[in-house]
Amino acid sequence: MLLRHTPKEISERKALTINPAKTCQPVGAMYAALGIHRCLPHSHGSQGCCAYHRSALTRHYAEPIMASTSSFTEGASVFGGQSNMLESIQNIFALYDPDIIAVNTTCLSEVIGDDLKQIINRAMGDNKIPPGKTVMYASTPSFKGSHVTGYANMLSAIVQNFAVATGTRNDAITILPSFIEPSDMSEIKHIAEEMGIKYIMYPDTSDVVNAPMDGKFHMYPKGGTTKELIRQSGDSRRAIALGRVGVFPAAQLLDTKCKVKTDILDLPIGITATDTFVDTLRKIAGVTVPESINDERGRLVDVLCDKAQYVYGKKVSLMGDPDTLFGLAQFCKDAGMQVLHVVTGTPAGAKWDRRVKELLGDGTIVKSGAQADLFYLHQLMQNDKPDLLFGNTYCKYIARDMDIPLIRTAFPIYDRMGHSYFPITGYRGGLHLLIKVLDAFMDRQDRDAPEEKFELVM
Amino acid sequence: MLPVQELSSVEDFKANILEAYPPKIAKKRARQIIVNKVENTEDVPVIMANTRTIPGIITMRGCAYAGCKGVVLGPTRDILQITHGPIGCGFYSWLTRRNQTRPTSDQDENYMTYAMSTDLQEDEIIFGGEKKLRAAVEEAVALFHPKAIGIFATCPVGLIGDDVHAVARAMEEKYPDINIFAFSCEGYKGVSQSAGHHVANNKVFTDVVGQDDTFSKPGEFKFNILGEYNIGGDAFEIERIVEDCGLTLHSTFSGNSTYQEFSSAHNVDLNVVMCHRSINYLAEMMDKKYGIPWFKVNFVGAEGTSKSLRKIAQFYQNDDLAKKTEAVIEREMVEVAKVRDDVKSRCEGKTAVLYVGGSRAHHYQDLLREIGVVTISAGYEFAHRDDYEGRKVMPSITVDADSRNIEELSVEADPARYKPRISAEERAKRESEGFEFADYHGMMPDMEDSTLIIDDCNHYELEELLDRFHPDLVCAGVKEKYVVQKRGIPMKQLHSYDYMGPFAGYKGAINFYKEIDRLLNCNAFKFTKAPWDTEPELSATYSYND
Repeated sequence: MLLRHTPKEISERKALTINPAKTCQPVGAMYAALGIHRCLPHSHGSQGCCAYHRSALTRHYAEPIMASTSSFTEGASVFGGQSNMLESIQNIFALYDPDIIAVNTTCLSEVIGDDLKQIINRAMGDNKIPPGKTVMYASTPSFKGSHVTGYANMLSAIVQNFAVATGTRNDAITILPSFIEPSDMSEIKHIAEEMGIKYIMYPDTSDVVNAPMDGKFHMYPKGGTTKELIRQSGDSRRAIALGRVGVFPAAQLLDTKCKVKTDILDLPIGITATDTFVDTLRKIAGVTVPESINDERGRLVDVLCDKAQYVYGKKVSLMGDPDTLFGLAQFCKDAGMQVLHVVTGTPAGAKWDRRVKELLGDGTIVKSGAQADLFYLHQLMQNDKPDLLFGNTYCKYIARDMDIPLIRTAFPIYDRMGHSYFPITGYRGGLHLLIKVLDAFMDRQDRDAPEEKFELVM
Repeated sequence: MLPVQELSSVEDFKANILEAYPPKIAKKRARQIIVNKVENTEDVPVIMANTRTIPGIITMRGCAYAGCKGVVLGPTRDILQITHGPIGCGFYSWLTRRNQTRPTSDQDENYMTYAMSTDLQEDEIIFGGEKKLRAAVEEAVALFHPKAIGIFATCPVGLIGDDVHAVARAMEEKYPDINIFAFSCEGYKGVSQSAGHHVANNKVFTDVVGQDDTFSKPGEFKFNILGEYNIGGDAFEIERIVEDCGLTLHSTFSGNSTYQEFSSAHNVDLNVVMCHRSINYLAEMMDKKYGIPWFKVNFVGAEGTSKSLRKIAQFYQNDDLAKKTEAVIEREMVEVAKVRDDVKSRCEGKTAVLYVGGSRAHHYQDLLREIGVVTISAGYEFAHRDDYEGRKVMPSITVDADSRNIEELSVEADPARYKPRISAEERAKRESEGFEFADYHGMMPDMEDSTLIIDDCNHYELEELLDRFHPDLVCAGVKEKYVVQKRGIPMKQLHSYDYMGPFAGYKGAINFYKEIDRLLNCNAFKFTKAPWDTEPELSATYSYND
């Protein structure tokens, strides 16, 4: 009843977005910047943006999220934000001493046309940037794309600012992950490590936004990829981009700027996609897949074979970010589930829509971009009710109204823990995700079973 | 009063903090960090407040849009609210503030779970977004048929010059039975959320309050509560108590509220104000236009609640009401006293610091005091001098460029509907007997000498404060929460209540006592240090073979 005003009949809307399936660029840029060691994200605009982005990430991770802001008032909006930015740089280095300030723009600074490149050059000219420190920026206007676009733009800016080709190749493989949880970043590193591969991965938010409690506050937690490693990625012998929408611009840039040949893969979610990732790593690194990885794979396949009856043929709806959604779609297909709807507010492009359709078949409704929202998804679900919904916290209203379980796999998750500690990528993440799905269906079966059908062993 | 040496230690601390700042900033912060000293019962030092945030500072503040859409209008369930701008602002103000609402029936409108935005794209930023806003209103009308629509402008909308008010007027002409109004609450207005509160108050006053002369709830003693947003069900608890006393709560601005309650809010005899900062403008304007007197109350804390109830009863000068009120207080205080005394035995003497919003940093000191917790420092995110020093300083507050951008309405008595609820003579008489109208004494007179009052406290200062004074408890917002907790100090969110509540009224007081008891005395924070962290490393060898 909480969404009682959402009618079943779908009418076309062109102007009104209701319950968005996306948010704006800077929050994604801020998240990417947090994955760089000793980096302070800075929001160039009025302070509300920074407050909202910090709050969103803080609620999602239950961790301190540090970021500064240029704090525009009306004056700066009229006369330009240069003096606020210059003052910010000075104050930030004086008070917080980061190695890198990663500036993201906002609607406001984009519309007034602040030229950050010029402002940063000016700061350098005025000796406001201490030696060895970097101020970099990504253009992240909120009227284009979504938080995933912002992540992609900041990741490109990181490549642009730090990756350098010296002419001498090293033996590392660079891994660029899309917008995923710190737990997923750890899992990807785990696979590379088990395979004995030398790698450089960035951004890496593990040990930053899922840091342990040790009785101290660390402005810059121990995690995050160092500037030096990112520099070396320009010399890496090969790169792998995991995900497409959130990584493609950065992968392309690393290729064109540093001539690092880059394979673009899907996020390793589920068996098929993880197989591709492991196989690609094996081939380009020239290693044999170790027994430990085979064991992890075997456990996931084992559980799926044992309990496939509880997932096979089940109908699901998916909401989230495009790269994760593609992975989840593959995961559902691996498990024999039928995907009815795939919705993301991120404009993922016609190619993405087509690939999802190719994967899942014409029976699946795929919608992405500014017109795709949760109001529409709820309408679709009222017309063709699924057994399960994957999505962010805001989907809980739909799940309650439809009386179906919700598995939280997207951004933001404000009401459950676990996503930052337990992955959904790799074979171990796949096992974790599969068990969540099985629990949801088996709990449901127990709840709904008449007494004579209530089974002890399932 | 604290001993004199404590005073020198806070002075010292202030000096140390300021040393790290560049000189210009140190000078400004020196006027915003004040060592409290109360003389003649309520003369306090001057504090600088409501000034620009220092660029580059990690601040606790938000923006005007957050104050307008998020705080003041957000909690009203049946005003359909459209954010005009790119998607972010609308997304972030979607349900995160915990304003609970309870429609009277399943058929009542409730748009709280819907976030509506024009989701402006690059083209519309270049060519203007008014057309899209008009279309969005039309689509909203077709889908929801609401009574009222509020439109909220975001930063880029102000810059590209979309006239949200013209769109609202045009759409209202097209749909005459729907009240459509817009707010110029662009994020860059003013210096904090406070600007947005003012913008919201002005528009609610001109376009909503006073629209319906016919509706009135039954009852003899009708009043409105202004500045109560029903976080965690606070308004539900207040509604329960005042109803038991025999009062009629006509409308709450704006927790658990409806459009009809707002539009007819001028048909009552009294306004009481909870959050002075966010809504004193509306109280003041309703007094001038309709003759409704107002005074400040506080339903946070059992003592505060009793005091406020007594003052409301006293206002109506009715013996029966006074008796009923006393009976409710007596009844409720039995359980309150039991829990309070038990909790106090474990919390007495602990120290707290509070950096929250407008009035909460003040109100919650009462609750903490009731269980013996001492507040050693407090401050507001977006207050003005009157919130610290009391309303008597209002005439001396200088209007700077940032405040001048917020419209100040000139209000006159409504020729037809101005009706002084009590005559000027009666008012003067009561005032001479000590009954205060249009009052607020501010936070500083209520705090001990030598406590630190910090306006617009930032991350760096909070950290220094924790290092120096090691408080047992911090109360602030979500951005500060984990910064504090990583150190092993429990932190209570006073914007969202950490998803608990209510904390207002009597049941709320009990909830809060228990919650503070849990925070100060539970085991969780004692695990912060591992056993091997607290003892020096030992090295030893077996001496078996010696």
